[in-house]
Amino acid sequence: MIEFEALANCASSGACIVNQVTSGLIIGMLLFLVASGLTLIFGVLNIINFAHGSFYMMGAYVAFTAYALTGNYFIAAIFGAIGAGLLGVFFERFIISRVYGQNVLLQLLVCYAFILIMDDVVKLVWGAEYLAMGIPDEFRLAPIRLFGGFIPPLYIFLIITAVVIGFGAMLLIAKTRFGSIVRAIAENPSMVGALGIRVPLYLALLFAIGCALAGVAGALAAPVRSLTPGMGLGILVESFIVTVIGGMGSIPGAFFAALILGLTRAVGSIGFPLFVDGAMFMMMALVLIFKPTGLLGGGGVKR
Amino acid sequence: MSMFRNFSKEILWVLGAFLAIVFVGLFVDHPWPKDFLTSLFAFGLLAMSLNLLIGFAGMVSFGHAAYFAMGGYCFGLLLQSTSFTGSLGPYSVPLAIILAVFGTGVYAAAVGAICARLNEIYFAFLTLAFQMFLYSVILSWVDLTGGDQGLMGGIPRPLFLGIDLSQALDRYVFCAGLFCLCILFLRIIDKSAFGQSLRMIRDNQERAEFLGVRTYRIKVICFTIAGMIASVGGIILALFTSGAYPEWAFWAQSGEAIFMIMLGGSTVFVGPILGAVLLRLINDVVQMYTSHNELVTGIVILLVVLGLRRGILDFVIDKIKDRREAKFLADLEAKKEDQ
Repeated sequence: MIEFEALANCASSGACIVNQVTSGLIIGMLLFLVASGLTLIFGVLNIINFAHGSFYMMGAYVAFTAYALTGNYFIAAIFGAIGAGLLGVFFERFIISRVYGQNVLLQLLVCYAFILIMDDVVKLVWGAEYLAMGIPDEFRLAPIRLFGGFIPPLYIFLIITAVVIGFGAMLLIAKTRFGSIVRAIAENPSMVGALGIRVPLYLALLFAIGCALAGVAGALAAPVRSLTPGMGLGILVESFIVTVIGGMGSIPGAFFAALILGLTRAVGSIGFPLFVDGAMFMMMALVLIFKPTGLLGGGGVKR
Repeated sequence: MSMFRNFSKEILWVLGAFLAIVFVGLFVDHPWPKDFLTSLFAFGLLAMSLNLLIGFAGMVSFGHAAYFAMGGYCFGLLLQSTSFTGSLGPYSVPLAIILAVFGTGVYAAAVGAICARLNEIYFAFLTLAFQMFLYSVILSWVDLTGGDQGLMGGIPRPLFLGIDLSQALDRYVFCAGLFCLCILFLRIIDKSAFGQSLRMIRDNQERAEFLGVRTYRIKVICFTIAGMIASVGGIILALFTSGAYPEWAFWAQSGEAIFMIMLGGSTVFVGPILGAVLLRLINDVVQMYTSHNELVTGIVILLVVLGLRRGILDFVIDKIKDRREAKFLADLEAKKEDQ
C-alpha cells in the first residue's frame, strides 16, 4: 500500500522535497483560513456552519468574475471576501438566526437547503462546467530557485497572505474592543444586551467575518484550483477535520492541524495516493479517541 | 411465543399492509406503482432507520446514507463474485443479504463506538465525515467498486426457494417482504423497553445515567441497528436497479433522508414514510418542469423548516392536542357555570 520507493526517490531529490513542501503548505494554509472561519463562528455562536463550504465556493466564483472584469487579482480577492461576507450576513439574518438555540436537526436542514440552493445558483449564473482562472498577470514572474526546486512567487504570496489573514482574525478576537464584545456575547448574550450593545448586529458581523475568511480562501485558491459547483463540500469536510484535530474554537490549533494535514496530503500523494483520505480520517479518529478536545482546544465536546 | 401475543396488533397491521402492497402488484398492470413503491421501500427504510437515531435516541446523524450504500455495494459485490455464487448456488441471495447486513453492522458499530460519546454537533459532523470517507473510498477503489461509474454489468440473481428475482413481480413482492419485516422490527423496538431507554436518553441523558441506564452502550447498539436496517434499504435499491452507485454514499443522500424525517414528522412512527412519499413526489413533479430541482428542493426545505418548524404529522398531532385541550377547558368552564 505504501510506495516506499517513490518516497525514497523524492526524499533524495531537493527539487521534489521543495515542491511537495510548497504544495503541502498551500493546501494547509488555505485550509487554515477556511477552518479559522468555521472555528470562529463555532466559538461564539456554538453552532457549526455546515454551509461554510458554500461561502468558500462563492468567494472563488466572485473572484473569478471580478478578475475577468478588472484584471487585477488583488481586487478580485478582496471582492471574493466581501461577496462571501455579504452573503454571510444575509444567511445569518434571514436563515440561521431563526434556528439559534434550536434542535440541531433544524440547523442542519437549513444549512443543507442553503447548500442546495447555492450550488444551483452557481450553476445558473456561471454554468455547471469547470472554470479555471489561470495564473494572474501580476504573478507571471520567474520562479524562485531554492535547493534545486522552483517555487512560483504566487505560491509564496498565497501562503504568507493566508497566514497573515488567519492570525489577523485571531488578534481581532483576542485584542480589539470588537473581539472582547463578541467574547462576552459568547458567555452571556442577554447580559451584554442589557449593557446597551446590539447583540444581533455583532453576531451578524462575526458571521460575516467567518464567511469572509472562507470567501477569501476561495478567492486565493481560484488560480490554483478549478472552480465547480459543489466544490465547497470537500473543503468543508477537510476543514472540519482540521478543527477537530486542532481543537474547536482554537485558531492556533487550526493552524497546526492544517499544517499537519497539508503536509500529509502532499507526502501522501506520492507515498500512499489511495490512502490519503484514509490517513486524514485516521488522524481525526485517533485524536477523538485519545484527546477529544483536540490538540489545543478547550472542553465542551462530550455530551 | 409471548412476543407474538404482545405484538399481535403490530404483526396484524404489518401483515395487512404487506397484503395490500402485494395486491397492488398483482392487479395493477402499469409498472409505475410498482417502481415507485419499490424505490419507496428503499428510501423509506433509509428514513425510518435514521429516525431510530434522530426521533428515538436524539442522535442527529448526518452520515446515515453511508450504511445504505454499504449494504447495496456489499450485496452487489458478493453476488458479482463468481466464486461466491458458484459455491453457494441457490443459497447465494439470502446469504448475500445476511452477510451484507451484518458486514454493514460491524462497520456501523465501529463508527458508532467512536461517535456516540460526542455531543450533538460533533456527532452530526463526525458521522458526515465518515460518510465522506466511505464515498472517497468508493470513488478511488476503482478496481473493486467501478469508481464513479458504480457497479456495472448487473447483479446476478440466482433462483432460490422458487423465487426468481429477475422477474419484476417476484422482485417486487420480495422487496415488499423485506420492507415489512424491517418496519415490524422497528415497531417492536419502538414499543419495547429498549425503545423506552432510547427516548429516556433523548429527553435527559444525565437522568438516564443516574437511573443505571448504560447510555453509551445503548447508543452504540442503536447506531448499529439503524445502520443494519439502512443497509436493507440499500440492498432493495441494488436489487431494483441491478447495480450500486456512488451517489448513494454522497452526503446529499443523507441530507435528503433527514429532510424526509423532518417533512413527515419525527415524533410519529410512520412520519418518515410519509416524508419519503412526499419528497419523491415533489422530486418527480419538479423534474418534469425544471432541471434545477435542487434549487426548488432547497426552497421547499427552508419554507417547511422556518415556517412549520416540525413535520406535517407532528403539526397535525399538535393541532389535535390543542383542540382537545381547548375542549377540555371549555367543558371545565361550562361545569363551573352550572354550579
